[in-house]
Amino acid sequence: MSEASNAPQPDTKALVDIYRRMVRIERNDDAILSTIRKGRLQMPYYSARGQEVIPATVSHFLTDEDQICTIYRGIQDMVAKDMPLKPLWAEIAGRVDGTCKGKGGPMHLTHPETGVMVTTGIVGSSMPIANGLAWAAQLDGSKRVVIAYFGDGASNIGAFHEAMNLAGLWKLPVIFVCPNNRYAEHTSFEKGTAVDKISKRAVGYGMPGFTIDGNDPFEMYAHVATAIDRARAGEGPTLLECNTFRFMGHVLGDDMKYMPEGELAKAKENDPLPAFRQKLLDDGHATEAQLEEMTQQIEQEVAAAREFGMASEVPSADELRRDVFEQEMSA
Amino acid sequence: MSTTKMHAIQGVNAALHQAMAEDEKVLVLGEDIADPEGGGITGAAQGLSTKFGDRVRSTPISEQAIVGAAIGAAMAGYKPVAEIMLMNFTTVAMDMIFNHAAKLRFMSGGQTSVPIVIRTLTGAGWQTAGQHADHLEGWFAHAAGIKVVAPSSPADYKGLMLSCIQDPDPCIFIESAGTMFIPSEVDDDQGPIPLGKARIVQEGTDVTLVTWSSQCIRAQMALEGFAEAGVSVELIDLRTISPWDRETVLASAQKTGRVLIAHEAVRDFGPGAEIAATINEELFGKLKAPVRRLGAPKCPVPFAKALEDAYIVQPADMIAAVKGLMS
Ligand SMILES: Cc1ncc(C[n+]2csc(CCOP(=O)(O)OP(=O)(O)O)c2C)c(N)n1
Ligand SMILES: [Mg+2]
Repeated sequence: MSEASNAPQPDTKALVDIYRRMVRIERNDDAILSTIRKGRLQMPYYSARGQEVIPATVSHFLTDEDQICTIYRGIQDMVAKDMPLKPLWAEIAGRVDGTCKGKGGPMHLTHPETGVMVTTGIVGSSMPIANGLAWAAQLDGSKRVVIAYFGDGASNIGAFHEAMNLAGLWKLPVIFVCPNNRYAEHTSFEKGTAVDKISKRAVGYGMPGFTIDGNDPFEMYAHVATAIDRARAGEGPTLLECNTFRFMGHVLGDDMKYMPEGELAKAKENDPLPAFRQKLLDDGHATEAQLEEMTQQIEQEVAAAREFGMASEVPSADELRRDVFEQEMSA
Repeated sequence: MSTTKMHAIQGVNAALHQAMAEDEKVLVLGEDIADPEGGGITGAAQGLSTKFGDRVRSTPISEQAIVGAAIGAAMAGYKPVAEIMLMNFTTVAMDMIFNHAAKLRFMSGGQTSVPIVIRTLTGAGWQTAGQHADHLEGWFAHAAGIKVVAPSSPADYKGLMLSCIQDPDPCIFIESAGTMFIPSEVDDDQGPIPLGKARIVQEGTDVTLVTWSSQCIRAQMALEGFAEAGVSVELIDLRTISPWDRETVLASAQKTGRVLIAHEAVRDFGPGAEIAATINEELFGKLKAPVRRLGAPKCPVPFAKALEDAYIVQPADMIAAVKGLMS
């Protein structure tokens, strides 16, 4: 792991906080996977196992006022932002106590109280809406920033171009965070993208762009700190391409036959979680006992959330008439 | 009460000025929308940027980004009015409009809302052919979560625009070529006109003629012809296509027993089909004739003047159809 000397450096507190968020993501992901596998949860699941450093580091810098727009693979982004897990679980189970009363589901979780404004199932659509939230922050004269999460594949859709140009033009306080996990469904990055680095595209939109090792909390920390300072200071957006890998493939059940032999195994050697844990221990930022206690607390939180979610009521059919408009539709 | 004679677009302009002055959360954005760029394609936003500064922004030619910016700002408490220069250009922003603006309230379980207005110009008659003149209200009326408004008179342009801006949900506001050239008096204190309420333009007893937007104007041009044919026509301007005023239409249909629906949109699968089906479901057995529909043929809007005239349902077509319903 690199620790560039002139860049912003995380202290012990920051490192442990980032690690806590990573564990929260991974323990929650593990619980979702096992619950689906036991047949207790029916949902399409886009695990982000392997990508934890990215939202954990970004979220370290965010408050509840800061907002995110994310994608179907974005449960990690909400968990990293400390969205409460009970309504999250009720939502993925399609129950009334879900954040969206069971009407959005795992691809569309929303929780404005913690700044989770939009989760979209449409590739690329997080970006134009993030701009609007950032425009509001600009007009309010607030220091609030907005994160637009999107995949490498999404950088090839028209909405990316339109949104990046407008953000650059209006100097919006938005940070475009792209976990480049090397695949868009079954198509590799190389087969789908005409440049070798998405960050190169930033120059076309008048904003800085960086390609980072998205599994390295130190490199992530330095770039996110700079990008967020820039946005809060009214200097405009930044594009962060964060290289990583998705260990579970596109969607749960993916046979991953489209990947070259050995690619996944090699990526897993670079699993950021055990590596970062070891680094924290080696450098004396935390003890084994502290990390163990933290993990146990998180596991308890996840277990309680799962229990809460699965015990919540299923919504009644009346809900089909509510929230279409502010005024309830007549029966 | 003092009035001012104005065109449809001046009605929109008056509404925008009033709404921006009354509520500092109202924003206006779109291509060429600020004063240095001309106040939008019809000048409907003229004077706004000079008066309200940064709350009015000209944008790049980026329809997805325009609607996306409006959605995000709306979710954060603003009331953006976005101009999409022409209705055909909504097609390149359809994901933002249909998948996001219209659905986010429901999909978030009511936690977020998207109170935006999309103003858009369209209509055949200017020989702009197949990509600049479609009436797509049926597309949007088919979507849950978005209101579709299509006025015909200058007073309605002002009053309905005020309501769209105040509405807590997204609205598409259609400004049609065929409505733009007949100025009329508008009360200086014309306030919001409720959405979802039709206007009875003329009362009658023989045939109910349901129209909106440009076809309400053409229907008014046919009124003399109806009278000459000895048919008493009740002319309804629907004004809001979704949600539409079933009560007014059904009451009139029950009274006359005969209904003609005329819209500029393509007839097949058009909004007229929904209205006709509802009338049949509610009033079967009470009708004196099957409900008739007039709409554009299923072809793109043509260029040649002769073809364009043939494409548009004309007053003479309405007179013929009304006579047909009586025989
Ligand atoms: C507009 C659109 N086209 C296609 C899809 C189907 N789809 C869902 S995810 C996906 C791949 C996107 O890849 P990427 O942006 O790299 O994100 P990742 O899934 O790798 O996180 C595709 C093609 C979609 N949801 N939306
Ligand atoms: Mg990808």
